Amino acid sequence: MEWYWVTEYAPKFVEGLWITIQLLVLSIGFGMALATPIGLVQVTGPKPLALLAKGFCSVIRGTPLLIQLWLIYYGLGSLFPSIPLIRESMLWPILRDAFPYAVFAFSLSVAGYSGEVMRGAFASVNKGELEAGRAFGMSRFTLLRRIWFPRAIQNVLPTLAGEFILTLKSTPLAATITVFDVYGVGSMVRQETYRIYEPLLLVAGIYICLSGIIIGFFRWIEHRSAQRRLVGVEH
Amino acid sequence: MFESLGLEVLAYSPPGWGGTLIHGLGMTLKIAFGAYFLGLLIGLCGALGKIYGGATVKWSLEIYTTIIRAVPELVLILLLYYAGTDLLNRVLEWLGYERVDISGLVAGICVLGVVQGAYSIEVIRGAILSVSAGQIEAAKASGMSWTLMHRRIIIPLAVPLALPGLANLWLIVTKDTALLAVVGFSELALATKQAAGGTKEYLLFYIAAALLYLMVSLTSNAIFKTIERHYRRGQASAEA
Repeated sequence: MEWYWVTEYAPKFVEGLWITIQLLVLSIGFGMALATPIGLVQVTGPKPLALLAKGFCSVIRGTPLLIQLWLIYYGLGSLFPSIPLIRESMLWPILRDAFPYAVFAFSLSVAGYSGEVMRGAFASVNKGELEAGRAFGMSRFTLLRRIWFPRAIQNVLPTLAGEFILTLKSTPLAATITVFDVYGVGSMVRQETYRIYEPLLLVAGIYICLSGIIIGFFRWIEHRSAQRRLVGVEH
Repeated sequence: MFESLGLEVLAYSPPGWGGTLIHGLGMTLKIAFGAYFLGLLIGLCGALGKIYGGATVKWSLEIYTTIIRAVPELVLILLLYYAGTDLLNRVLEWLGYERVDISGLVAGICVLGVVQGAYSIEVIRGAILSVSAGQIEAAKASGMSWTLMHRRIIIPLAVPLALPGLANLWLIVTKDTALLAVVGFSELALATKQAAGGTKEYLLFYIAAALLYLMVSLTSNAIFKTIERHYRRGQASAEA
C-alpha cells in the first residue's frame, strides 16, 4: 500500500466530492418533487393518471439504472444535435454537458423508487386525521399541505433514508458518462498512478462516510419530529 | 416500412445486432442465477452464524454486511474483481501452481454473489428470527435435535417470511449484472453499448435493452407471486 499520491490529488478529490454531493442533492430534490404527485395520484386517482404513475414506477424499477442513464445520455443526447432549433437555443451549452443528463436520469430513478414508497405512505395515513382536517373546513390543498403530506413523510422517513443511500451508491454510475465525481476522480488516479487498490479504497471510505452522514441526518430529523406513539407499538 | 424506421439493425443474424443482444441477455441471466444462488448460500450460512455464532463470527459477519451495504456496487465490483483474482493467483503460486486467468463468467458470479450475500444474510436472519417462539418450543419439546429442528420446522417456516425480500434481491441482482459492463464483461448492457456504437442507433438499442430487462423483471415478478402463493397457502393473508 502506498499513499504518496493522496496529497497531490487531494484538490481533485474535493472537486469530485462536490460534484457527487451536487448530483445527490439535486437528484433527491427533483426526484422527490416528482415522487410526491406520483405517490398521491395512485391513492386518490383519477384512474388513468394512477395507471400512468404505476407504469412509470414499474419501468424505472424494472430496468437497470445504467441502461436508463445511457439511454438518456447517448440516446436522447444523440438526437438533440440533429435538431437545429435546439442547437441554436440558449439551452445548447447545458445540453452539451454530461452533468444535467446524470441529474435527469437519477431524478427519474428517485421518482420511480420513492414514488412507490410515497404511495404506501399516503395510503397509510389514518383516515380519522384526514376527516378531522376536513371537519375543520380545510381546503383539499391545505389538508394535503398541513396534514396528509407531513404525516405520510413521518411514517416513511426510515425507508426514504434507505432509498437515498441507494441513490448515493448509484451516483458513481455518472462516471460512465464522463462526469468527474469522486469515483471518476478515483478512476483517473488509478490510470495515472497505476495503483490498483488504494484509490478504490479511499473512494470506498468516502462513500462510507457519506452514508454515515445521511443516516445521522435522518436520525436527527426523526428525533426532532418524534411523534406520540402508543407504548409498545415500536419494538 | 421497417427499413424506413431503421429496425433492420435489430435482425437476429448479422449485419443485424439482435443475436448479440440475445446472447448478452443469456449471459446476464447466467450470471444473475449463479450470483443469486451463491448469495443465498452465503446468506443462509451467514444468517445462522449471526444468530448462533460466537463473538468473533458475529463481529466479522457484522463488518462484512455493513461494509458491503455502505459502498457503491460499482466500487465493490472493481475491488473484489481485482483483489479476488490477485489473491487467488498468489495462493496458487504459493502452492506451486501456475497462475490462472479466471473466466469473466466465474469472476462475475463470485463478485456479485459476495455482494448479494450481505443482503441475503439480513433478509434470512430477519425471517428466521420472526419464526414464532411457540413453534420452536414445540419442536424442542418433541425432542428434535438442533439440525432436525432447523430442517423440518424453522427453515420451512422462515421461507414464506423471507420470500418478499428474496424476490427483491433477485430483481436487484438482474439489474446489478449491468454494472459488469464497466469491467468489460460482455453481458446485455455491454452488448447493447457495442451494438449502439457500431450502428450509431443509440436510442433504438438502449430502448431495446431496456425492454429486455423489463421483460425479465415482469416475468420474475409473476413467478415469485406464484411461489409466494404456494408457500402461503393455508396462512392468513397479511393484506386481507
